[in-house]
Amino acid sequence: MPEELLATFEVRRLGVLNERGEVDQALMPELTDAEIWRMYELMLLSRSFDERAVALQREGRLGTYPPIHGQEAAQVGSAFALAGGDWVFPSFREMGAHLTLGYPIPQLLQYWTGDERAQKVPPHLNIFPFCVAVGSQIPHAVGAALAARYRRDQVAVVTYFGDGATSKGDFHEAMNMAGVYTLPMLFICQNNQWAISVPLKGQTASATLAQKAIAYGFQGVQVDGNDVFAVYSATRQALDKARSGAGPTFIECLTYRIADHTTADDAGRYRSEQEVELWRDRDPILRLERFLAARAGWNLEKGKEAKARANGIIDAAVREMESIAPPAATELFDDTQATLNPRQAEQRKRH
Amino acid sequence: MAHLNMVQAINQALGDEMARDDRVLLLGEDVGRDGGVFRVTEGLQERFGVERVLDTPLSESAIMGAAIGMAAYGLRPVPEIQFMGFTYSAFEQLFAHAARLRSRSRGRYSCPLVVRTPYGGGIKAPELHEESTEAIYCQIPGLKVVVPSGPYSAKGLLLAALRDPDPVLFLEPTRLYRLLREEVPEGDYVLELGRARVARSGAAVTVIAWGSMLERVLKSVENYDAEVVDLLTLNPFDAETVLASVKKTGRAVIVHEAAKTCGFGAEIAATLAEEAMLYLRAPILRVTAPDVPVPLAKLIDQYLPASERIQAALDEVLQY
Repeated sequence: MPEELLATFEVRRLGVLNERGEVDQALMPELTDAEIWRMYELMLLSRSFDERAVALQREGRLGTYPPIHGQEAAQVGSAFALAGGDWVFPSFREMGAHLTLGYPIPQLLQYWTGDERAQKVPPHLNIFPFCVAVGSQIPHAVGAALAARYRRDQVAVVTYFGDGATSKGDFHEAMNMAGVYTLPMLFICQNNQWAISVPLKGQTASATLAQKAIAYGFQGVQVDGNDVFAVYSATRQALDKARSGAGPTFIECLTYRIADHTTADDAGRYRSEQEVELWRDRDPILRLERFLAARAGWNLEKGKEAKARANGIIDAAVREMESIAPPAATELFDDTQATLNPRQAEQRKRH
Repeated sequence: MAHLNMVQAINQALGDEMARDDRVLLLGEDVGRDGGVFRVTEGLQERFGVERVLDTPLSESAIMGAAIGMAAYGLRPVPEIQFMGFTYSAFEQLFAHAARLRSRSRGRYSCPLVVRTPYGGGIKAPELHEESTEAIYCQIPGLKVVVPSGPYSAKGLLLAALRDPDPVLFLEPTRLYRLLREEVPEGDYVLELGRARVARSGAAVTVIAWGSMLERVLKSVENYDAEVVDLLTLNPFDAETVLASVKKTGRAVIVHEAAKTCGFGAEIAATLAEEAMLYLRAPILRVTAPDVPVPLAKLIDQYLPASERIQAALDEVLQY
């Protein structure tokens, strides 16, 4: 038997908006000026939310919190492309996606105070609760996609996770199943290059994460995760593909975790300030502002006004969040099951 | 009324419920074309199609995880894990997600699924095919654990589980799959979850057992004035029925094929100590497997509680 070449593959990175704020017109997705401005506002809102959450944690007004700083384009750009009925299975570092999808901001903050009631997702949003056990939400998305197809619903199912999750068995099992069943799914990986203290090269020997999809029989693409247009465009294409029945897509958003893993972490123990500075220069918001300055009349003054508006929204949300009464002790038992069993009912009575 | 074995009774329950409720669908390894390795799902893919009886990749965590997503979407999936020893791969999904989804989403999502898995020893199968680690799953608030002991209870309990609004682990005693035949009504009937049954009346001692051990217990007590309580549901277990019986007989022997330490017998014994201590005339005894891993076929008879050991325990408590 002669040796035969059975497969070759290529992996592409999509970039639309460069660091100077210039776009590649051929690759620029269709977006109105109003939509682009809205994306900008949502990225500012995400930044403001994040800065405030970290500050509140430092003041003891919030529990441990995982910052999203630097990942605003990956989150806003992807969520902005979704339609109302689409399902989202997040991990725990996609608050920018939640804000883009219209999650009530006081409720989003409330979760990070340690109040589980905040996980009661409003009925108009098909978002799953935050998932702290890394990667374990990914198979749920597979099930929702199977169910959607069984019901003939024209929805797409999106799951978010980070680079660390790609080392987990659930990532592999879910990707494999999505490929086998050609499911209408988007696997959106925010590759922020650090899983607490372990850098990407400690996580995988693969040159890219995107290429992992090839092993499961579907397309993987890397996008510049700090380029909101590239993220939006890749998401948009993958959604169209999913809805047309052509199966899943893996999108690796190459970005960077500017802040610590959580407010309980000190990234200075394991990575250099020079590396962080390099990525600060690639800030996704700065890049969009440079674009808007050239195209939509953005200037420092307008930027300041937009930031002040975002801060105002977050201020109001913090006030509202802090006016929520704490849960009663008996709420420990609420929603444990549809009906409490006799022992639980007895425990509740005595509590 | 038909004379059915447990495989047939479970198959009938699944088929009837799938015909009644289009939200019910099955997924698992070899459950479709092959009808399951024990043929429990035989004929169901032909009858309901490949969309409702899904042959999955060999992927227990994703089977369980996908079932959770389906349930949250509004379906009533029935994942099969081929043997209880393989549920360990799916444990995180069951523990961290299925059991907690209603609670952690404060009721926005629920997880009405029934995990079916064969359990228990004595079938000459390879390693990890004969586990009986039910107690682990009873430590998970939000998850019900149901164990039928024969064809009649299997059908009635499975129909109840399939209509339960929360996740249920349904343990099918492998050794009994084809060992027993019982009269099983063809129509619809449910046995309420959380209710034990008195399988045999007696006055001198209460023997508490479930699933695979029940048949052995009933044979072992033939010459004793023993009452046998078949738990049927382990979580929540029917303390009321157990306590009423033990208060009457004053003696309790618990039989299970799982290892002794932290087996479910410990929970029953503790409940009896808390709530029936003053009615007891003898120490509560447990007849269990030793605290060792489940052996392969050559030693399984030395591992599982034998009739002689059950009878020795009865003789001991009856001395008081």
